[in-house]
Amino acid sequence: MTAALEARGLRKEFKGFVAVDDVDLTVEKGTIHALIGPNGAGKTTCFNLLTKFLSPTAGRITYEGRDITRLSPADIARLGLVRSFQISAVFPDLSVLENVRLALQRQRGDSYDFWRSERVLSRYDEAARGHIDEVGLTEFAHHRAAELSYGRKRALEIATTLALEPQMLLLDEPMAGMGQEDVERISALIRRIAKNRTILMVEHNLNVVASLSDRITVLARGEVLAEGDYATVSQAPEVIEAYIGAGHD
Amino acid sequence: MSTMDPATSPAARPEPSVGMPTHQKAIFVVLLILLVALPWFVYPVFAMKVMCFALFASAFNLLLGFGGLLSFGHAAYFGMASYVAAHAAKVWGLTPELAVLAGTAAAALLGLAIGSLAIRRQGIYFAMVTLAFAQMVYFFALQAEFTGGEDGIQSVPRNDLFGLIPLESNMALYFFVLVVTFGGILFIHRIIHSPFGQVLKAIRENEPRAVSLGYRVNRYKLMVFTLSATLAGLAGAVKSQVFQLASLTDVHWTMSGEVVLMTLLGGMGTVFGPMLGAAIIVTMQNYFATLGAWVTVIQGVIFVAGVLLFREGIVGLIARWTKKPL
Repeated sequence: MTAALEARGLRKEFKGFVAVDDVDLTVEKGTIHALIGPNGAGKTTCFNLLTKFLSPTAGRITYEGRDITRLSPADIARLGLVRSFQISAVFPDLSVLENVRLALQRQRGDSYDFWRSERVLSRYDEAARGHIDEVGLTEFAHHRAAELSYGRKRALEIATTLALEPQMLLLDEPMAGMGQEDVERISALIRRIAKNRTILMVEHNLNVVASLSDRITVLARGEVLAEGDYATVSQAPEVIEAYIGAGHD
Repeated sequence: MSTMDPATSPAARPEPSVGMPTHQKAIFVVLLILLVALPWFVYPVFAMKVMCFALFASAFNLLLGFGGLLSFGHAAYFGMASYVAAHAAKVWGLTPELAVLAGTAAAALLGLAIGSLAIRRQGIYFAMVTLAFAQMVYFFALQAEFTGGEDGIQSVPRNDLFGLIPLESNMALYFFVLVVTFGGILFIHRIIHSPFGQVLKAIRENEPRAVSLGYRVNRYKLMVFTLSATLAGLAGAVKSQVFQLASLTDVHWTMSGEVVLMTLLGGMGTVFGPMLGAAIIVTMQNYFATLGAWVTVIQGVIFVAGVLLFREGIVGLIARWTKKPL
């Protein structure tokens, strides 16, 4: 197996406070990798470092063998490494169709052409509808995204992300704030989209982590505590101690 | 919360038309007819002033309402273009269209320079940086040789359009101003409804998400900033030809404040709001001029009332009632 995303000696300090300390992480190609840990373990910081929304104080990140430590977040998205957000990330005042089309519009490169009519974008409508159908939002195509329920917004976000045809997805708590029924549907969706992609996710819901992930990295106080499959990790005494010690259920 | 629960699924909405909605086209046509007839009913210079400010406010609205960027220094582009256009007509003897072009180009360059620094900051800091640079432009205008300091550039000649058509009469000039400002406003409308405009709205709505889709947002912001400054400059350049004058009033920070007021009063993010806001404010200044400083007080009251009572502005309010984008 080859590594899709690799981090070596990753470190992030905020004014003397070390949020992430010397983390090594290897996400193998074609796997679902989960990043877990008690609150304040540095999961989100780590995630933001990997997606370049934060710059590391020290360390090196490579994607498909290419050093991406100094790239901007937009450049990383262009390499096929696309992230999602904890709070549902949609463009609220735009229609569902326009939301998805904005991802497809990236195929034409940069859209600096302010003198052209937006009619030129209608060639992406059909593909956009395909992605919208796939997540079950067909009848909402012309609704403003703001009018959708929470679960539907997340579905729209996934449709938009998939429209970019990313090689690797970084999901920031994909199940946050969801009811059981939605959790099952999104789990199934993640399993399906993972077939030919690599996924790294931060997730609190341990049932989801257990059922989905091939490999799990446990973080605590900014450091890697344990790594392995669910069976290995859940038996590790330091992991049990960290979770119970931190007062986590 | 289910994404596919048929019980809560409303009927699919009809497909909206692409491009400008029909009712907006109709309003533009009616507006154009009214404007063509206007100089026979209203003093043409007053009508031209309204049109210049309508373009200025619409240019500002492009940045605020669609780019989500609040600039507190738009007088810099309006005023500097007005100086350059006045200078070009008076000292270089350029024809009006070339003088206006020169002023607009100056505003574009100034916008590009200031914008490239200002977009590195966000929110209130962005507004403060734009204000700081506008103040620098103001003091430059006060000190520089060619601006005439306190006197400004006075008695700018009205040269012949293209060197052929005399613009001495207010009527002839009116139609030149109508073509330029109306054209400018239609151009802004095109920008909003372009592929670029789509990305712009996305950045306004959710910047981190736009980044994660691979858009280099700072380039889009710089571009809309420059476009907005350019069009504000076009308005200022035309105004200098109308009043045959460029003065410190046009670069003063109060001018930056007035354009914010016009845009918010009319309705930011709407197509027709800034034009209406400009018309109201200019009319007030003209007809209440005898009240002196009270005009400023009235403007202040209107501003406070507007922010408290109808945040979406007059046109925004009408748009909500009629459920149509205006």
